[in-house]
Amino acid sequence: MAYIKVNQDKVTEEIAKQLIDVCPFNAFDYQDAYLSINASCRICKMCVKKGPHGVCEVVDNPKPKIDKSLYNGIAVFIEQHQNQAHPVSWELIGKAKELAKVSKEEVFAIVVGNDVKDITNQALSYGVDRVFVYEDDSFKDFNVELYTNVVEAFFNKYKNNVILFGGTPMGRSFAPKVAARLKTGLTADCTMLEMTETKDLLQIRPAFGGNIMAKIHTPNDRPQMATIRYKMFDKPEIVKPFGKVSYEDLNEISKNTTIKILDHYPKPKVDDISDAEVIIAVGRAFKKQKDLDLIEPLRKKLNAEIACTRPLIENGWFDAKKQIGLSGRTVKPKLIINLGISGAVQYIEGMKDSELIITVNKDKHNKLFDISHYAIVGDIYEVLPELNKLVDQILEAQHGL
Amino acid sequence: MKIITCIKQVPASSQVEVDPKTGVLIRDGNNVKMNPYDLYALEAAFKVNEMKNDVSVHAITMGPPSATSVLNEALYMGADDASLITDRRFAGADVLATSYTLSQLIRHINDYDLIICGKQTTDGDTAQVGPEIAEFLHIPHVPYVKEIVEVKDHSIVVISGYDLYDEKIEIDFPCLITVEKDSYVPRLPSFRRKSTFTGYKIPMISLKDLEDKDPDHYGLSGSPTQVEEIFPPNKKMESKMIEGSTKELSQKIFDILKESRYV
Repeated sequence: MAYIKVNQDKVTEEIAKQLIDVCPFNAFDYQDAYLSINASCRICKMCVKKGPHGVCEVVDNPKPKIDKSLYNGIAVFIEQHQNQAHPVSWELIGKAKELAKVSKEEVFAIVVGNDVKDITNQALSYGVDRVFVYEDDSFKDFNVELYTNVVEAFFNKYKNNVILFGGTPMGRSFAPKVAARLKTGLTADCTMLEMTETKDLLQIRPAFGGNIMAKIHTPNDRPQMATIRYKMFDKPEIVKPFGKVSYEDLNEISKNTTIKILDHYPKPKVDDISDAEVIIAVGRAFKKQKDLDLIEPLRKKLNAEIACTRPLIENGWFDAKKQIGLSGRTVKPKLIINLGISGAVQYIEGMKDSELIITVNKDKHNKLFDISHYAIVGDIYEVLPELNKLVDQILEAQHGL
Repeated sequence: MKIITCIKQVPASSQVEVDPKTGVLIRDGNNVKMNPYDLYALEAAFKVNEMKNDVSVHAITMGPPSATSVLNEALYMGADDASLITDRRFAGADVLATSYTLSQLIRHINDYDLIICGKQTTDGDTAQVGPEIAEFLHIPHVPYVKEIVEVKDHSIVVISGYDLYDEKIEIDFPCLITVEKDSYVPRLPSFRRKSTFTGYKIPMISLKDLEDKDPDHYGLSGSPTQVEEIFPPNKKMESKMIEGSTKELSQKIFDILKESRYV
């Protein structure tokens, strides 16, 4: 059992105070000249690394080491709904291929569903080494019990080193069940992954609401598992398929379930900008309501929510629910594009925590520019039509396919 | 019918930073509160109570003895019982060890039809503990519940929200659900309830009370993952001013969107 030991003979009141200050979890109690550690301790080792030298130490009886050479291959669970793969799965294949170069392993795709021929071919065209197919009518809809049985069977048979899941609602509910079944670690919602030559996966994720990044590893358990956020990595290039497909035997996999899926509904359209991932915000530079048509091609392409500043609400162009700012909604989208907004303090407070901020305004001294990642000095009436042409080209190219 | 709700005490503020020079965490005060998502878990339990008679709600948490304060809050909101599991040997637990510890506490309580968890916590943000508890108890789970449609004698019907669709699911007891925020508006703790709990002592459970007493299965020893390093995020907020012709500007915006994988 691992714990932090305090060498009491070195503890003085001054040292106790230093340790209490260095501990982020309030785990030290100093009473009657005795420094004790309470149940708040997370063994973050901050007191060992950053506290007064030699006062605290980690005591650990190491467990027997596993033989890591027995576990090979980086597997990606291909998430699908109605036989359409979720794009995050292909992004993970792209990342897995990069990682596999370092650790000299193969890349596997795990495909589960009732009619997955297209997905299997897609996986091959993205250049995976092997596709493992579990095809059965009972796998038509995602069922956490059945799908867990599948991944368990896969790991028990192939003993692979890593299994990656998309950090989608489905992946984030499913992967933990698999991890607990296999009694291994799982890092949620990673934004970066790195691989060592010794096949250890370094899982990097934001913690404490994004104020801290944590690098996590799984030193002595396999498989190493992580869920990874959507849109963090690039899809791989299409290649001439070279991988092998294995249709897996399903006889040993239990299909008992106590879950009955009664119905699916397409997501009701949320009329709320607070949870939107992409927002196009418009301001007073739009002279007429009709001019808002200018943003339509971009809105369609980005599947964005439209939001606005207060004056446009007062004009009656929008419902009050669409207003960003202190007297409106606070938003934190992954992307916000501000068009023709002067940037009153109240507005900036409502959106400054957005992950990527692009602002177009013809006034160089616009206050919004200071908090924007990209400050585009230009007139929306000139820039938008040009931008629309570029967006249209893409839309046409996609429809042409 | 018996419901167990899992709640957690979390830092009141997520204003934590890493000192870039020393690598020490700097926290804004040491105040704590109930994980906001757990308020919805409790409210969902009370909702079940309204839909079906004779329901008891048991709130549990794992943490230092001071974590009884969130259990008290749960009692004053409407829970009937509360238990704290605490032991220094649980220190350093990751998701797997935490879920295992809580599942052992639930086995110790040994009487439940439904377990309700919040969707995630605000300090860990993993959303993994609920599903892992369910697996350790060999029961199924439904995540992201936004509505409880019907409570039957041996099952519950709920609506669960995924990214592209909502799903209506019926699941047999015993089972675990995790609830979305904004599912039901949480009630406030009641002063009158508080007065009825004067003298109520929250039971404290420790390792010796559990079915599995092997300390190696808990805390840091029972945790497959370890934090190797923490570091400040790359927050180089650089504002790039871009000027040029209309064509250049629109091309630039297009390139930014392409780079960040939006087009």
